[in-house]
Amino acid sequence: MKNSNQENEVLQENSILDAKLQRRSFLQYAGAGAAGIALVAAGCKKDRGYGNGMGGVTLDFKDDFGVLNYAYALEQLEAAFYIQVASNPPAAFTAAERAYFQDIQFHEIAHREYFKKALGTAAIGSLEVNFAAINFTDKASVLATAKAFEDLGVAAYNGAGKRLKTDAYLLAAGKIVSVEARHAAVIRDLISNGSFANSEVVNAQGLDQALQPDKVLAVAGAYVKTQINVINL
Amino acid sequence: MNIVNIIEEIEKVDGEIYERLSPRRAAMKDFFNVGKKVALSAVPLALGSMFNKAYGQTVPTAVVDVLNYALTLEYLEYHFYNHSILAAPGLLPAGAPLGAITTIRDHEKAHVDLLKGAVTAAGATPVEFAYTDFDFTAGNTFADVYTNYDTFLAVAQAFEDTGVRAYKGQAAVLKGLDYLTIALQIHSVEARHAAHIRSMRAARGASIKPWISLGAGGVANDTGIAAVDKVYAGENLDIQAPDITITGIATGVTKAAAVESFDEPLTKPAVLEIASLFIK
Repeated sequence: MKNSNQENEVLQENSILDAKLQRRSFLQYAGAGAAGIALVAAGCKKDRGYGNGMGGVTLDFKDDFGVLNYAYALEQLEAAFYIQVASNPPAAFTAAERAYFQDIQFHEIAHREYFKKALGTAAIGSLEVNFAAINFTDKASVLATAKAFEDLGVAAYNGAGKRLKTDAYLLAAGKIVSVEARHAAVIRDLISNGSFANSEVVNAQGLDQALQPDKVLAVAGAYVKTQINVINL
Repeated sequence: MNIVNIIEEIEKVDGEIYERLSPRRAAMKDFFNVGKKVALSAVPLALGSMFNKAYGQTVPTAVVDVLNYALTLEYLEYHFYNHSILAAPGLLPAGAPLGAITTIRDHEKAHVDLLKGAVTAAGATPVEFAYTDFDFTAGNTFADVYTNYDTFLAVAQAFEDTGVRAYKGQAAVLKGLDYLTIALQIHSVEARHAAHIRSMRAARGASIKPWISLGAGGVANDTGIAAVDKVYAGENLDIQAPDITITGIATGVTKAAAVESFDEPLTKPAVLEIASLFIK
């Protein structure tokens, strides 16, 4: 679970770049807050460097690896959630619901492992999740969390697609986001049949949501213990 | 309102967007104030013409082609659903089914309007299709499409899954552009539709999942309906870029799970071949 390589790298970089990083570090500490997400203020985005010495992982959006690591982080979160639900579903789940969560679990694991392999040595480490807010024995709590994760995932991929510069990775992200949208539709219908694409998620122009990484991580961060640093956004 | 977000997003990569949109910020304020008053249906056009003014006549032909291609598919879907609601009495069960098809029809109409506005704003001529331009029986392959609810749903599923594949296939053409974000935002709505239609079919006894799975005997078509083989061609792929085999990538990831995890694209010629079966 620990990212010793990355932490070492972070420490090394810091010793060299300490002076330059002072202002940014302050902003990162200030932004860390409860969510565990450190966002670099826009005015500092030209700085080079990595984390702030507190550990955690860094998503550097300067290139496609940053975007893929961002997707990897979200897929880690989703996979961890579904593994927990699928292995011990709420008693009130129907057989069909168990089957859906079983399927989705393997989709998210496949996505997670795909990004890990595609990133190779550029991959961030494993994130430590924090699911304290989820009542895994309560069907409503589990479904509400699944809905939030899936809608957020769709919005995240939609918002990040434009950042990708490599055709193959853009296509891969496209291949995944529609599967996330299928998940979102199913979970929404389990909560309330017919809500698969209602006005909560699809606007009057017929468009699904698209969110930028800072907005997405501000929500997702509540479920992650590992600090996620964001640079060059 | 969405339009403000779009401009804010552009500002991140183009710091001078406001200046491009108007030499005076005051004028931009006027625009937003007007935006609050104009009907929502007028927004795509207004938005499109604003971008057009900002960047000049620089929308590449390839992008316009994608917009018109997408518009063609949206017309196909819109007229298909609209006719089922307005002119096929007794086809759609009242309640949840009619509600879902109406929701989907409304989205397809919104997509038509949005894309029409975008093509016009790009200085090109949008394609146009009326209901009478289509033959939704595909030359009697689906002869009872408007009298048999199960046939209707099967065709609906084929359209939605094709739509998802079609948008995906054009992503590279739109790479890095605001048009890509819009296309992605439509693409995921089509995927939501596809999942729901598949669930509607499953509820009526079809052996089908909300996600495209591996067909019987490992074939790409998971519907068991041979007439739609071309809609699912290549969907049984389990190797993803650059060369990663998904089957067995982790414990429990079977070939079926690998296939379900990634929706595959379709090329424009492949999609048009499918669509042409329904265009007179």
